[in-house]
Amino acid sequence: MASGKRKVNRRTAIVEVARTAGAVCLGGLSLAALVRSADQADARALRPPGAQPEPDFLSACVRCGLCVQACPYGTLSLAEWGQEPAVGTPFFTPREVPCYMCRDVPCARACPTGALDRDIAISDADMGVAVLVGHEDCLNYKGMNCSICVRVCPIRGDAITLEEGEFNGRKIMVPTVHSAHCTGCGTCEKHCVTGHASIRVLPRDLGLGGDGRNRAGRAT
Amino acid sequence: MIGWWVSDSRKLAVASRGLLPAHKWWLLRRLSQVSVLGLFMLGPMAGIWLVRGNFAASDIGGMVTLADPYVLLQSLAGGAVPIAPVVVGALLILLLYLVVGGRAYCGWVCPVNIVTDTAHWLREKTGLTRDRKLDRRSRLVILGATLVASGLTGTIAWEFVNPVSLLQRGLISGIGFGWTIILAVFLLDLVVARRAWCSHLCPVGAFYGLVGRAAVIRVSAARRDACTDCGACFNICPEPHVIVPALKGEGSPLVLSGDCQNCGGCIDSCPVKVFHLSARGRGGAGQVH
Repeated sequence: MASGKRKVNRRTAIVEVARTAGAVCLGGLSLAALVRSADQADARALRPPGAQPEPDFLSACVRCGLCVQACPYGTLSLAEWGQEPAVGTPFFTPREVPCYMCRDVPCARACPTGALDRDIAISDADMGVAVLVGHEDCLNYKGMNCSICVRVCPIRGDAITLEEGEFNGRKIMVPTVHSAHCTGCGTCEKHCVTGHASIRVLPRDLGLGGDGRNRAGRAT
Repeated sequence: MIGWWVSDSRKLAVASRGLLPAHKWWLLRRLSQVSVLGLFMLGPMAGIWLVRGNFAASDIGGMVTLADPYVLLQSLAGGAVPIAPVVVGALLILLLYLVVGGRAYCGWVCPVNIVTDTAHWLREKTGLTRDRKLDRRSRLVILGATLVASGLTGTIAWEFVNPVSLLQRGLISGIGFGWTIILAVFLLDLVVARRAWCSHLCPVGAFYGLVGRAAVIRVSAARRDACTDCGACFNICPEPHVIVPALKGEGSPLVLSGDCQNCGGCIDSCPVKVFHLSARGRGGAGQVH
């Protein structure tokens, strides 16, 4: 980097090192600020099965697209500039194409970096959790017996069930998600008959309430 | 009669050695860049899956995993604990460029090189001379900054903006608004400074430049006694400073700087065949190709 012939005394050497280090830090901080503002938008991105928690995922995934190319259903794509998830990272939009929960999980098997757990069993996948976000539009809440979400669920009988309830003085059958079984594959969201899906897959931290701050009602 | 489109720096060589010999390495380079990219595009476009993935990491015929060592380095700085395939893949790529010349990546593989070479050619043909002096060591500062940023954010920081991966990923799987960044690089090289991106700013090139310091295959100015001081090689070279010690020095005729892309521009443009491709340990005598 430095030319050998130049006369370098201690003072200029120190100044040069300090200046370079300063420039590196300044550049690093600016890029870090840009990256932080970019990955704020990630909250709603659904990752392929077996994905590490988002912070670990972002440092491990090299954006190679091997998972995208391994998916037989064209579920996954790499985020382009202007799309929500960090540019180049794989995600899926269940309303368009949900995850079909292949038994051999070819997407995770294809990952060279460990960003996706190669040994994941698809029933243990945690892409998110289905949440009935639009109960005002849900046909079951209107007293009808739609129940499409329950019938298309690949983990039928476990991940979503119909529970008896009452709404506006009427007996209804409430589609009820059981988060311990739901993998977030999004098949329910895909097939929901309302204009926008009334049931949607959200990343767990957005979709679940978590334990109460008071001990009452906390799982023991 | 020399075509208007021939770069000024090749005109002497075209006159003395002919059109094709004066473009030999350029043609080989373009062929290499297009076929590497083409191999990756065959899968998504035509369903012919010889290779999968992209330049960040790939699967060659279902047998070998390759990976970009610079991306892996950022990943490590970001705190990731990678698994074996990506580590082995990155070492294989590192080994490859230790042989063929670190920045051979820039000259022979990277698709942004086609963009910036085009900008440089257009610059010459339109007579644009504005050259905002940039320090070519800026790229080392940016390289350091990307590693610092990766560590601070726990991500692969440069991949949020990297035009290099943006372009090849874009061509393989869709680019979104990413073309604006490519356009920015093109305009930067066209109107702001000569070879601004690849030779001054790009940290990917800087990384491969560090690898290239130890690389085996080298350009040699073996017949430097025949030099007529026409300046063609300096005009065509994206990193002209690398030529000086080999061509005008007393020591080894090998171009030893890590910045050399082994692009062969000097070999193409020299009207009196001063340069050829050689290798370390051959004293600049032997010919490789």
